[in-house]
Amino acid sequence: MSRFLKLALLASAMASPLAAEPLGLGRAATPEEIALWDIDVRPDGLGLPAGSGDVMTGDKIYTEKCSACHGVFGEGTGRWPVLAGGQGSLSDARPVKTIGSYWPYLSTVYDYVNRAMPFGNAQSLTHDEVYAITAYLLYLNDEVDEDFVLSSDNFAEARLPNEQAFKPDDRAEVEFAAFKEEPCMTECKPSVEITMRAAVLDVTPEETAAKAAAKAEEAQAAEPTPEAPPAEAPAVEVAEAPAADPALIKAGEKVFRKCKSCHQIGAKAKNRVGPVLNGIVDGPAGAVDDFRYSKPMAAAAEAGLVWTERELSAFLGNPKGYMKGTKMSFPGVRKEEDIAALIAYLRDASE
Amino acid sequence: MTDENQTGPSRRAFLTGAGAAAAGTLAGGASAQTDPAIAIHPWMQELGDGVDAAPYGMPSPHEADVKRRTVEWLTADPVSSINFTPLHDLDGTITPNGLCFERHHSGVARVDPAQHRLMIHGLVDKPLVLTMEDLKRFPRQNHVYFLECAANSGMEWRGSQLNGCQFTHGMIHNVMYTGVPLRLVLEEAGIKPEGKWLLAEGADAAAMTRSIPMEKALDDCLVAFKMNGEALRPEQGYPVRLVVPGWEGNMWVKWLRRLEVGDQPWHHREETSKYTDLMADGVARRFTWEMDAKSVITSPSPQAPITHGPGPTVLTGLAWSGRGTIPRVDVTLDGGMTWHEARMDGPSTPKALHRFYYDFEWDGKPLLLQSRAHDSTGYVQPTKNALREIRGENSIYHNNGIQTWAVDADGKAENVEIS
Repeated sequence: MSRFLKLALLASAMASPLAAEPLGLGRAATPEEIALWDIDVRPDGLGLPAGSGDVMTGDKIYTEKCSACHGVFGEGTGRWPVLAGGQGSLSDARPVKTIGSYWPYLSTVYDYVNRAMPFGNAQSLTHDEVYAITAYLLYLNDEVDEDFVLSSDNFAEARLPNEQAFKPDDRAEVEFAAFKEEPCMTECKPSVEITMRAAVLDVTPEETAAKAAAKAEEAQAAEPTPEAPPAEAPAVEVAEAPAADPALIKAGEKVFRKCKSCHQIGAKAKNRVGPVLNGIVDGPAGAVDDFRYSKPMAAAAEAGLVWTERELSAFLGNPKGYMKGTKMSFPGVRKEEDIAALIAYLRDASE
Repeated sequence: MTDENQTGPSRRAFLTGAGAAAAGTLAGGASAQTDPAIAIHPWMQELGDGVDAAPYGMPSPHEADVKRRTVEWLTADPVSSINFTPLHDLDGTITPNGLCFERHHSGVARVDPAQHRLMIHGLVDKPLVLTMEDLKRFPRQNHVYFLECAANSGMEWRGSQLNGCQFTHGMIHNVMYTGVPLRLVLEEAGIKPEGKWLLAEGADAAAMTRSIPMEKALDDCLVAFKMNGEALRPEQGYPVRLVVPGWEGNMWVKWLRRLEVGDQPWHHREETSKYTDLMADGVARRFTWEMDAKSVITSPSPQAPITHGPGPTVLTGLAWSGRGTIPRVDVTLDGGMTWHEARMDGPSTPKALHRFYYDFEWDGKPLLLQSRAHDSTGYVQPTKNALREIRGENSIYHNNGIQTWAVDADGKAENVEIS
């Protein structure tokens, strides 16, 4: 038998699905069960459910459920993913990788939004809502006009511009020859210079940097090192607001734009992604009827937390740091004066 | 260096501070001073905890500093983020379960194993549902494998950024898995001849998915439920995860709930938007699954400086390859002018971490430390610049370039790049 044939037989014996005797373990999956879990969508449209959604509807849903993290225009807040723009930037020093500039297939957008978004409330969107959001993301990337309707019928026609700019892993061809040479062991270069130091950038988490320095300089006793102080909420001191300052309130209204995609305040306010904020300042935490608070917020309410200016400032400055597990995905208001203004506005708009 | 009398009773101060200051008088072992550690300590007199004090044992409180750490600025939110294994504090090759780095996309799924099911469907003869109990009736195997995130060292593409191998190389762990060959599970359902790809999906709120070629699925993948002998930790996919030896960690789907057999890849988010390697020309490599050979010196390193002064010094580190074993590691003390073969120690199995040592006499002069792994295919770990020449600086993933630590005369180490 030729060596090739032997190898081929061996390979087929190893890979053949018919080779092993089933053990008879488990039970048959029913079509209904498979339909419940089988939500994946492929570029060829396999798995795509019937439905449709338009850009304007997508705008509404996106503003309510997505913009707090991804930004009103898909620009991303904080370090949340940027979803739009960046076309033509892939060979720049700082490429911007978005749905429009980088993603190869629209099916990936549908599949991902459907399986994992909104963050913290996955698989809560209807098929039509996912179509609408997907249509809106195309619109944000200038791929369609505002009257565009995406549906299971025209999905295959919607192609993303970067589809062709991917290639298979070519490391074996491009790199292996150079990286399999026997390396030099002695007299490899005449001299060596340091060309870059991490300390210049200084982005290492502080606890570690400080500790390593202390360790080397003082060679301390092998005593347990106290933990770094827990990342408590910054104790932002806000001056007592004796009387309402119209300028401050006006500034606060501007800051409130960041909150608007999730919160409403005033006479006609309704719960949206976040609860109504009427009476929030100096009011009890977690007290809005019909709003499902996170577990830690419900526990804090139970424990009697009151949103004094001090507490509210700390929360707004760093929501997740103040209350681990809060549903509020907003990254926080950075400037102390903005927080003070926001609180003044919240107080005023409630009245 | 501080005087011993000022630092108070301290064994290390005695050995290093006073030792260095008065090396001559202490060298013979005779001294007017007495090491305060030579004393009757409370633990020599008082009774310790009984056997009922710690039903699940924890490390000594003196080791409280040995822990996973995060880099806050790296991600938007700790729920979809990563932390890092403290490589500089560990030795041997096995990572303790509680120190294995974590990366999840929607937090740690808290799965009730009684309510967990593994579904196998798609291009199979018989779609199946398996309980955890069913899974544990398949013949099982034990294997030690490293799991490295494709983004390990990804922050270093544009230059040295983070001072510590925990941060530059800590997206890796190495444990013994107990599990069922994926092949057996798939064969139980019967793969149809056109079934060339497998979609693995997790039960977390990200419903993580990856496409895996059938050849790999039938080769050495495991459906694992134990790590280092005990149940998987929740953050590592309890009660069951996929093990994809030698391939990027993102494919090792945790909280595994579904396996679908198909005839094409799915091109999902984690294999298009993420985990594709953007080259300098704007074209991206996709399906770069295998992890290239790599190594790092874990001590001395920025978080593990030399504190004992000149003299006998242990240099140690880790090396690994997604393509096989590591028969050899070279180290240099002078930034690559001269290299020495390190001493490999401990078990050597394919696609697992290897430990190396280089024991040398430190003369107290500054050092430029590097290590260079050779794997069993003949691949030699490249320099960062050699990688950049081919790939540019935008690929984020698969940075396996040689790491440099500059050690100064005080023994402090820093992450640097050299000519």
